Amino acid sequence: MANLVYLTTEPIDLTALLAHVQSPSRGGVACFIGAVRDYASGRTVTRLDYSAYGPMAETECARIVAEAESRWSCGVALKHRIGTLAVGDTAVAITAAAAHRDEAFAACRYVIEEVKRRVPIWKREVFADGSVEWVGSAAAGQQGSAAVAPSS
Amino acid sequence: MPVSNASTLRLRVRLFASYAEALGFDQVDLSLDHPSTVADAVNRLRALPGGEKLPSRPLCALNLSQAAPEDPLSPGDELALLPPLSGG
Repeated sequence: MANLVYLTTEPIDLTALLAHVQSPSRGGVACFIGAVRDYASGRTVTRLDYSAYGPMAETECARIVAEAESRWSCGVALKHRIGTLAVGDTAVAITAAAAHRDEAFAACRYVIEEVKRRVPIWKREVFADGSVEWVGSAAAGQQGSAAVAPSS
Repeated sequence: MPVSNASTLRLRVRLFASYAEALGFDQVDLSLDHPSTVADAVNRLRALPGGEKLPSRPLCALNLSQAAPEDPLSPGDELALLPPLSGG
């Protein structure tokens, strides 16, 4: 995948994401980190494998960031890691900086919710007993329910 | 290689995550009658071994934008079948 901006296969550098949004006029800085949890559905998770539809994911992330920046007059940075992640690893990080805290928190919250709803990324849980499961695909016969790229 | 003619359109299909696992590949070039729709391409895939695991109306993207089953296909299109998203 060429020209990765929002996706990365490397560990996420939170300091860089903070530096990207901070400025003298922005007094409120919020940050969200989504990390790999060690359990799911009552079972022990040992790692997560993330994959993405790269070009579409990049496009959708850019849209979401632009929406948040415009709506809350703030600066937003977003990175989502792809590949094999261990428990405790940062899978996604978002920073938002605005004049005041309300806008920064709101923008941060918006971006993570929209990423989960609209960006074509998938994760597979690997459990301690060796079994694997695609998250969200348990009911294989059901129609995909997520919304992607609302036409605008 | 299928013979190309005026009444055939060729497109690339990409599969991800559980759908790629179900079919056993993540990319395939399909030749369909011209005109055909997104639903026609999905039905072709569902007829392949493992294709019965695909839903009848999966979430689809045509050239990186969300597509509806009735959307028409053009030669050279990239159609992606997207399992339920689980980023974050």
